[in-house]
Amino acid sequence: MIKKIFLIGNPNVGKSVVFSRLTGVQVISSNYPGTTVEITKGYLEIAQERIEVVDLPGTYSLEPSSKVEEIVSLMLKEYPKDEFVVIDVIDSTNLERNLFLALQLIEEGFAVIACLNMCDDTKHRGIDIDTEKLEGLLGIPVVSTCAITGVGIKLLIERIKEAKLTTKDSFTHEKRWLEIGKIIEQVQHLTHRHHTFREMLEDASVRPISGMFMALGVIFISFKIVRFLGELLINKVADPVFFDLYQPLLEKLSSTLGSGGFLHHLLVGELINGKIDFKQSMGLLTTAPYIEFAMVLPYIISFYLVLSILEDIGFLPRLAMLLDNLFHRLGLHGFAIIPMLLGFGCNVPGILSTRVLESKRERFIASTLISIGVPCVPLQAMIFGLLGHYGGFYVAGVYLVLFALWLILGIILNRVSKGYSPEFLLEIPPYRIPSFLNLFQKLMLRIKGFLIEAVPVVLLGVLLVNILLFFKLFDSLNSLLAPIVQGLFGLPKEAVVALTVGFFRKDVAVGMLMPLLLSAKQLFIASVLLAISFPCVATFVVLFKELGFKDLIKATLIMVITGLIVGTILNLTIIH
Amino acid sequence: MLPMRKLSLIQMKEKRKGKIVEVSGGARLQNKFMSMGIYPGREIIKLSHFALRGPVAIKVGRSVLALGHGMASKITLEVE
Repeated sequence: MIKKIFLIGNPNVGKSVVFSRLTGVQVISSNYPGTTVEITKGYLEIAQERIEVVDLPGTYSLEPSSKVEEIVSLMLKEYPKDEFVVIDVIDSTNLERNLFLALQLIEEGFAVIACLNMCDDTKHRGIDIDTEKLEGLLGIPVVSTCAITGVGIKLLIERIKEAKLTTKDSFTHEKRWLEIGKIIEQVQHLTHRHHTFREMLEDASVRPISGMFMALGVIFISFKIVRFLGELLINKVADPVFFDLYQPLLEKLSSTLGSGGFLHHLLVGELINGKIDFKQSMGLLTTAPYIEFAMVLPYIISFYLVLSILEDIGFLPRLAMLLDNLFHRLGLHGFAIIPMLLGFGCNVPGILSTRVLESKRERFIASTLISIGVPCVPLQAMIFGLLGHYGGFYVAGVYLVLFALWLILGIILNRVSKGYSPEFLLEIPPYRIPSFLNLFQKLMLRIKGFLIEAVPVVLLGVLLVNILLFFKLFDSLNSLLAPIVQGLFGLPKEAVVALTVGFFRKDVAVGMLMPLLLSAKQLFIASVLLAISFPCVATFVVLFKELGFKDLIKATLIMVITGLIVGTILNLTIIH
Repeated sequence: MLPMRKLSLIQMKEKRKGKIVEVSGGARLQNKFMSMGIYPGREIIKLSHFALRGPVAIKVGRSVLALGHGMASKITLEVE
C-alpha cells in the first residue's frame, strides 16, 4: 500500500517544478543547485486516494556529504520500503551523471520510477535518448517529461503504480560508473553540432577576465533596472493611488473624529499643518500602509523580478565562482553569495539558505554577516526614500560602510572561529531562458510572502508604539538611553523610539525617523545603526532556529557591539 | 605519440584534456567526487583557472563543475 511519494534527484534537475505540477503547491524553483533547502509536502490524488508527495532537496548520492543531503538519506530510511514510491527526477541533458543516483536507488531496492525531465532541452543540444531501451536496461518505468510546460506529467502520474520493489546486487562505485557507461552507449545518441552562441557565453562566463566583465555588466544593469522599475511603480502607481484616491477619504475620517483624541491618534496620527502627511503622521491608516505599499512594495516587486530572472538564467553559480576567492578570506566559499543575495531581499530566506553550506562554522559566519552587512529591501527602500533627497552621496555612503563592515567582520570571524571551512564543489548549470510562467509564479509567491510577513507586524508595531507614545510611556526609556543615543551617536533622544521599533520592522523604524526632521548626518548614522545593530524579530526567530540559542546570543552581541562602535565613530568623524 | 605526463589539476593548462589517474583526500570528499563523476579513469577537460589560489572549472561528461583550489590539487591527471 503506497502512502507516500518521494521526489528525489540531483540538484537543479527541476524537482520542485515536477512537485508543483503533481500537487498544485507552488514552490520556488531556480536555475542553481540547492534552491530547495526545506522539505515541502503536498498531495496527489490517484484513484480517489490522497497520497502525500514530498519534495526533497537535491543530492548527488545516497551517501550524504552535507546537512541537506543528510536529510534526504534519513527521510528514505524512516519508512518501510513497501510504503512509498521514489520518483527519481533526472536531467535529460545530463543523463550519465544522473544515473549514478538512479542506480543507487534501484540497488537499495526502492520502488523507483524515473522521470526524464527537461526533455525539451535535449533536442537543440543534439541529444537523443531511447527511453524504451533505458526502461528495459534499468528495469523500472521511465517517463519523459518537461515539467515547466507540463508535458508528460499525466503519463508520469498514470505510471506511478507500475513502480515495483526491486532486488538487485549492489555495485561498488567504480563498477556502477562502468555500468552507466554501458547503458549510456546503448540509449544515448549525440549529434555533433556547432557551438551555439549560448554555449560561447557559457564558456566565457567561467573564465576569469571575460567572466568578471560579464558579471560587472550584469550587476550594473540589474541595479539600474531595480531602481528604475521601483521608482516607476512609486511615481506612476502607488503615489497617485495614495494621494488622489486614499487621502480624501482619510481627511473625511479625520474631521469626523474631530481632528484629535485617542482614536484619531491611533488611526490617523498627527496632522502636519492641519493636513494628513503620509510620511509623518504615523497613524495606523496613514503612515503604516504608506510605508509598506508605496515605499517598500514597489521595490520588493522590482528587486524580486530582477533576482528571479538572474536565478532562472543560471547566472548566480557563475558569480559564485568569480567571488570564491574573496569569500575565502571570510571563511566562506563562493556559493555563499547566494544566501547573501537572497538576504538583500529579506534576511530570513537568506539565512535559511545558508543550509547549503556544509559546516556549522560557515553557517554562523554567513548568518551573522547577513544580519549585519546585508540590508533587506524594506530597509533599503526607506533609506533611498529618506536619504535620497540629500543626494546619492549619502546613500552610497551607507552601502560603503555596510560593505566595509561586512568585509572586516568576515575577516575577523574567520580568524577567531574554531574549525575550518570546506571548499566548494559546485555544478555550474547551463544558461537557460527563463520561463515566463515560472518567473511570474515565483514573483507572486515572494510578494505574497512579503505581504503576509510584513503587514501584520507593521500594523501591530505602529499600534503598539502609538499607544505607548500617547500615554508617554517611552519617556523613561528615552531618558535611560539618552546618554548613548545623544552622547555617542549624536541623535536626538526621540530617536530611541525609532531604534526600538527597529526590532519589529526596519522599514517602520526608518519611517519613525521622518517626523524628527533629522539632519543628513543624523539620518545617515541612524540608517547605518538600524541596518547593523539588531535583527528584526523575524530574523531573530530564524537565527534562533538555525543557529541555536548560544550562537544567537553570540551573533547578537557582535551586532550590538559593532553598532555601538560604528555609531560612535561615524558621529565623531563626519563633520556635516 | 608524445609521452604521457602526470600533473595535478592545478598544474594542467587550460583547455586541455586529461585522464584522471588518482584522487586523494578523505573518504567523504572521495565519495562526493565519485558521485559527481570524478574518479580515476575518467577523462575531463580543464576549462579555466582563477588566479591567487582561486577555483578551477572543469568539464566532466556534460556537466561543468567548479572546484576550490585545494580540492583541485587533490586530483592527478595524465596529460599527453
